[in-house]
Amino acid sequence: MTTSTETSTTDIPLTAPTPMTPLQEFWHYFSSNKGAVAGLVVIAIICFMAVFANFVAPHSPSDQYRDALLLPPAWLDGGNWSFVLGTDDVGRDILSRLIYGSRLSIAVGIVAVTASLVMGILLGLIAGYFKGMIDTAIMRIVDIMLAMPSLLLAIAIVAILGPSIVNAALAISIVSLPHYVRLTRAATMAEMSRDYVTSSRVIGASPLRLMFICILPNCLAPLIVQATLGFSSAILDMAALGFLGLGAQPPTPEWGSMLADALQFVQRAWWVVTFPGLMILITVLAFNLMGDGLRDALDPKLKQ
Amino acid sequence: MFQFIFRRLSLVIPTFLGITLLTFTLIRLIPGDPIEVMAGERGVSAERHAELSAQLGFDQPLYVQYYHYVTGVLQGDLGNSLITREPVMKEFLTLFPATIELAVCAAIFAILIGLPAGIFAAVKRGTVIDHSVMTFSLTGYSMPIFWWALLLMLVFSVNLGWTPVSGRIDVVYWIDDVTGFMLIDSLLSDEAGAFTSAVSHLILPSIVLGTIPMAVIARMTRSSMLEVLSEDYIRTARAKGIAPWRVIVIHALRNALIPVITVIGLQVGILLSGAILTETVFAWPGIGKWLIESIGRRDYPVVQGGILIVACIIIVVNLLVDITYGIVNPRIRHSR
Repeated sequence: MTTSTETSTTDIPLTAPTPMTPLQEFWHYFSSNKGAVAGLVVIAIICFMAVFANFVAPHSPSDQYRDALLLPPAWLDGGNWSFVLGTDDVGRDILSRLIYGSRLSIAVGIVAVTASLVMGILLGLIAGYFKGMIDTAIMRIVDIMLAMPSLLLAIAIVAILGPSIVNAALAISIVSLPHYVRLTRAATMAEMSRDYVTSSRVIGASPLRLMFICILPNCLAPLIVQATLGFSSAILDMAALGFLGLGAQPPTPEWGSMLADALQFVQRAWWVVTFPGLMILITVLAFNLMGDGLRDALDPKLKQ
Repeated sequence: MFQFIFRRLSLVIPTFLGITLLTFTLIRLIPGDPIEVMAGERGVSAERHAELSAQLGFDQPLYVQYYHYVTGVLQGDLGNSLITREPVMKEFLTLFPATIELAVCAAIFAILIGLPAGIFAAVKRGTVIDHSVMTFSLTGYSMPIFWWALLLMLVFSVNLGWTPVSGRIDVVYWIDDVTGFMLIDSLLSDEAGAFTSAVSHLILPSIVLGTIPMAVIARMTRSSMLEVLSEDYIRTARAKGIAPWRVIVIHALRNALIPVITVIGLQVGILLSGAILTETVFAWPGIGKWLIESIGRRDYPVVQGGILIVACIIIVVNLLVDITYGIVNPRIRHSR
């Protein structure tokens, strides 16, 4: 009709717009969510801090500067710029301890989420694939675990195994298992009725091949979202266990146990209490924001 | 209806048995011999060991021990505390009102703030109000509540001096334990100012414990309201010229509330586990603090019994929520 369309039809060969690759499409939806991108940036910074803690931290997390006990943050009266966020009761630099603490939190998050993800996928696939008695047995156990508040169950496990970081991580991974089992089972059951699974089976694919090569890749989207959110609850639970004295033991620089140590100084030194909690909040918030963004980007129902 | 309730009840039995199996096993997973754990550092002679073992039934096969455990539990016998020698059930019953009081106040706080905030956000969808409600609720949802407790304490108790730091009531008051609920007991007592003191002690812990449920309720209310507000009958109601607030409160909210009520019911677990942290920070003498202290003292019967009771409370509440849901919504009642 107009000249521009005429020129375009004559000059440029008529082709359909190239469809976005799945990755591009994912990024298109993900990046339109500002909160999610902010979460991603914060997580990247924290991961950087965790990996390069030795270089980023101004001091060692365990060095005690006896002449600088309970020093306030640098911008306050009596503060010192070599201890930007102040020092604790035995003269350790809070900023350095927070940076080293991120290493622990991220590590625990990775270990706990990976362990529960692997176990959960395995149990969920088995339950969804074989159905029947196996399914009922697995789901009953999952229901029992869901009946207990996760923190309480984690506390119970740590109380029995003894307080330590490893046991806390183990407890957290056991506690978060039910969500992964349920998600994988539901997704597996949905995929099982699809034609492509039936045809693979007809061709003669073994159950293992069907489960891990045909079905699993198609169940990953909700699992990725859950794993991201699992990170935030792992970090939160770890800090709670540390705060209760059931996680990392002093003098390990862990955010929750730093808070527990600071309890007696609430009245005298607000910074000892404020910064570790702020780190926990920011990290957990970042993972929750990114999880929400991932859910929106990966959930086909919301894409319309 | 009865069929529905019966079916739902029958599902509880395996879950209950599973939980008793869990607590039964947990206590046996403790490294070391249970009798030596009980005796502590003093140790026991071989004869005394055999005697105790027979007395406590440890010499019997595991399934017999489990049978005795479950029958004991069903009769309310959870064993005795190793430290105080009191029955676990008795200790629990004296401490439980404190936790209920705190949890109920926290739930009221969560509903009073979360519900209107969610409705408001849904009605003003896409505006600054909506965004700030959602930001606040995500922050509340991500909150490490033990830190939140310390922060509020720092500001309102230490710096402003508005609220007391810890405990249930000022030490100057001596309140008779009638119901176990400090708010009621302090009203019943003749001491002037006791009730105000009890209320001021409750404010911060309730806010702290209610924060996460509040965030969850606000998010759920918003999404449920948004769904209902886009229904045809809402448009019809508006077209008929019904006042906007009436459409929202009478027409939309009623239907939007169903999923919200379920979510409120599910908060009981969050409230009870949050109570562990909140009670520890505020030195609130409830079951959360009791459990943590028992873990520290290696008082295993208390840990075992406490976990079992809390899990049972949650099962019962979930059951009640399910049944209420079935009564409210016939579609659920009649689905298989």
